[in-house]
Amino acid sequence: MRVVIAEDLFLLRDGLTRMLQAHGLEITAAVDNGADLLAAVTKDQPDVAIVDVRLPPTFTDEGIRAALAARREAPGLPVLVLSQYVEQLYARELLASGSGGIGYLLKDRVFDSAQFVDAVRRVAAGGTAMDPEVIARLLARNTGNASISALSPREREVLALMAEGRSNAAIAQRLVITERAVAKHTASIFGKLNLQPSDDDNRRVLAVLAYLEG
Amino acid sequence: MSGEANPGTPDTPGVPGTELVPRAAEPSGVTGTAQTRDAWEFPWARLGDQARKGIAATGHGLAFLALALPGLVLSLLILALVLPGPGLVAYGLGQHHNAAGAALVLALPALVVSLFLASRLLLVIRGLAGLARRLSGRWCGVPIADPYLPRPGADGQKADGEKAGLGRRLAWLLTDPATWRDLLWATVNGSVGWLLAVLPAGLLALGVLGVVAPYASLDQRALAIGAAVLGLWAAPWLMRGYGYLARSMLAPTRQAELALQVRHLAQTRTEALDTGAAEIRRIERDLHDGAQARLVAMGMTLDAAGQIIDTNPEAARALLHEARDASVKALAELRALVRGIHPPVLADRGLADAVQALTLDTPLRIHLASDLHGRPAPPIESAAYFAVSELLANVTKHAEARETWIDIRHTDGMLRIGVTDNGHGGADPARGSGLRGIERRLAAFDGVLAISSPLGGPTAVTMEIPCELSLPKTSSS
Repeated sequence: MRVVIAEDLFLLRDGLTRMLQAHGLEITAAVDNGADLLAAVTKDQPDVAIVDVRLPPTFTDEGIRAALAARREAPGLPVLVLSQYVEQLYARELLASGSGGIGYLLKDRVFDSAQFVDAVRRVAAGGTAMDPEVIARLLARNTGNASISALSPREREVLALMAEGRSNAAIAQRLVITERAVAKHTASIFGKLNLQPSDDDNRRVLAVLAYLEG
Repeated sequence: MSGEANPGTPDTPGVPGTELVPRAAEPSGVTGTAQTRDAWEFPWARLGDQARKGIAATGHGLAFLALALPGLVLSLLILALVLPGPGLVAYGLGQHHNAAGAALVLALPALVVSLFLASRLLLVIRGLAGLARRLSGRWCGVPIADPYLPRPGADGQKADGEKAGLGRRLAWLLTDPATWRDLLWATVNGSVGWLLAVLPAGLLALGVLGVVAPYASLDQRALAIGAAVLGLWAAPWLMRGYGYLARSMLAPTRQAELALQVRHLAQTRTEALDTGAAEIRRIERDLHDGAQARLVAMGMTLDAAGQIIDTNPEAARALLHEARDASVKALAELRALVRGIHPPVLADRGLADAVQALTLDTPLRIHLASDLHGRPAPPIESAAYFAVSELLANVTKHAEARETWIDIRHTDGMLRIGVTDNGHGGADPARGSGLRGIERRLAAFDGVLAISSPLGGPTAVTMEIPCELSLPKTSSS
């Protein structure tokens, strides 16, 4: 799998590159600003771009804007945005930039390299990887929602993992239950939230996120 | 005087327009012919309005008379108390023999006692002047601001509520020029000013006399009635003039205004510095007890892992995991800290988007309307953001509101933010220290906060901060 990295801090750029290489991914370019990212994306046609939110020259939300620009230039380009903090506002903008192939994770998530690489592969395959903190805050915002309150604690766990973008298999592994049990839970959740059930993992995640964003 | 703007309140005398002008046809009135010129009617309603205003103004003038006479008595008393003291002293100093000493010995205590008594009376005059200021605003359409220096010990620094000493209070009262201007007003108002106030009543009385007097000639009666009509017509004008007369003596002088402003600036600056210093102390403490402590623990855990990695790799692995978890927690704490200092979206995108991000994190139904073409200076932006954040926290905690509306706009050099909720109201700045805190933070930028929160709701908080917007940064994509 071919990856482009845009991260302005040398230590992190270097660390990310080595970690992904150790997991057998190919780094076609590791750049330190948004303009170079766009150039690298057009030139190398990577399977996924990993982008830090803060990049020169403004060191604000450059990375988000570069990611959105890259997706306009190369529609469907999977982008995984990394940040020291996560904001629902940015999560929304990223999700709205096309269906699927989007990730938004805290930088801390690289500490668990297996999970992180899993998220990279998921995004590259057109899936979604939303940080658990984004999901936790979305759920907290929906505490007053009667339909969500009607979910059992286990169903809420499944809902959170589903909203992060995990497949039934991944959820089953995470919660140490069978995939069949997960399927039962998701069917129940969709029933209680009055959502159209879908076999497509990605469409499912978007429906759930749209529901939570209200 | 006809160039004056109409006062806003309905019970203040308006500036009468040209007489006998047909009223503008009202859009809801009779259609068609009613709007043409030949539909002119004698403006009874307007005349009635005029008469009502005249009568009200006449009554107000009589009320001012009631205020003027005690003022005159008091001012004369004060002059009688104050003037002989220094006179005696001067007399004593002017003598060249033993009588001088005796005069001084007598005069000094007399001076102190008379000053003390005078100060009590001056306070009463101050009360009368304050009443006159408020009434001038309500009745004459000439609002007058308070000119006084703040009472010693009242300006925040001495929070123990202990009263300042007698000497300081005397000095505070006697050195304030406004005190003596009040006295001047009481004297002038009590001797001649009141004539202006009661002139309409006098003319009206003349009219009544002209009608009821048994032996008056027709000419005299007509003259008297004319005088009464003139009095009624002129009453609003006269009251306005009376208000200006009062303002010339009761309003703060330019110097007093500047002194008050300097005092206000000094106080808000001190508060801003205190708030800043307290904030830095809090950050230091948070770092010290949080991230720093975790990093120290991480270092020790890593060291321990290094020591046993050969002998007990399994335990070393557990320690490494522990160190990793500690680093995650340290990062989370740093994130929370940064959010409290300067929220990332505020730095990235400015106030409107930051408030939007805030609303996304709040379990409230919020309707946000913002109209900002540019960004305020960073400190103002930050103060405004935290003010909104605090208000939303209040709404979430206390108001039980179903919906909240936030309105952010910049007009006439003023950043205006309104936060309204349909909760149960009853928010009281005096009880909630949060609102006080916001007020203090805004005051550093000459910003103000107004709150309307009747029991049963809704609660509407409006904040205004004078500022200019910088042009929006051109985005690079």
